[in-house]
Amino acid sequence: MDQRPEIELRLTSDPMYLCGARELVGCIARRIGFDDMDCSKIALAVDEALSNIIRHGYERAFDKPIWLGITPLKPTPESIGGIIISIEDEAKQVDPCAMKGRDLEDVKPGGLGVHIIHEVMDDVRYEKRDTQGMRLIMTKQAPRPSESPRLSEKASACKVTISERSTSRR
Amino acid sequence: MANPQSTFIAIERPEQGIVVLAPNSDIDMSRSPELRSVLRQEMGGETHKVVIDLDAVEYMDSSGLATLVEAMRNAGNTDSKIVICNMSPKVSAIFEIARLDSFFSIVNSRDEAISL
Repeated sequence: MDQRPEIELRLTSDPMYLCGARELVGCIARRIGFDDMDCSKIALAVDEALSNIIRHGYERAFDKPIWLGITPLKPTPESIGGIIISIEDEAKQVDPCAMKGRDLEDVKPGGLGVHIIHEVMDDVRYEKRDTQGMRLIMTKQAPRPSESPRLSEKASACKVTISERSTSRR
Repeated sequence: MANPQSTFIAIERPEQGIVVLAPNSDIDMSRSPELRSVLRQEMGGETHKVVIDLDAVEYMDSSGLATLVEAMRNAGNTDSKIVICNMSPKVSAIFEIARLDSFFSIVNSRDEAISL
């Protein structure tokens, strides 16, 4: 991360605290302007990332540190704002390229977390921290109402409209 | 071992061979082990149907999903059935994201689940 997050939370790797992290992220996302469903999904992505660290990174050791960072993004012509979420740990380092979701055709318990994170967030990046542990940086934009996901199939038409409005303002 | 005195999951037996499990809060990594334990305890034997009533569940993560997938597989082995009901839109969303919405028997109400 180039800058420190505007909100930072340090928690220990105890699943009991997942609910607190979800509440915090969901609450901030709601203030940014995400709708209820997106807030729930963003909280889900954070929950999955934290659970993966606890389960795989720390191998269910419940007393290790995790840092959760949140930075709101300013509105743009395409969005009413957005959110950057960073999650860091001191767990064993893995190849960031290996952090991929599994094939969902094979219905079996487990292994869904990374898939869910990629499905929910616009951009997902894993990297090794300088000293030890991993860092996950996830970004999601809150689309303007005219570009809601439900209308994404008509995105090209919407963009033309926005472009025309922008031109007329000038 | 199963927890016979779960405070997280209400257990009801509306009819012979049917068990209704009703978790009363979010199902995440801290809660899913208890759900798994109760499911293992209640499946098999005289039980031919387990209804999972999610009416009070506002949130579920992939550990909850994994628990239900495991239970579905066990149901197949024990000749019993699992039916999920009263799912909120937010919980339903995670089934769709994981593309598991067609894998489970999901109905709107508990009555429907029992009579299915």
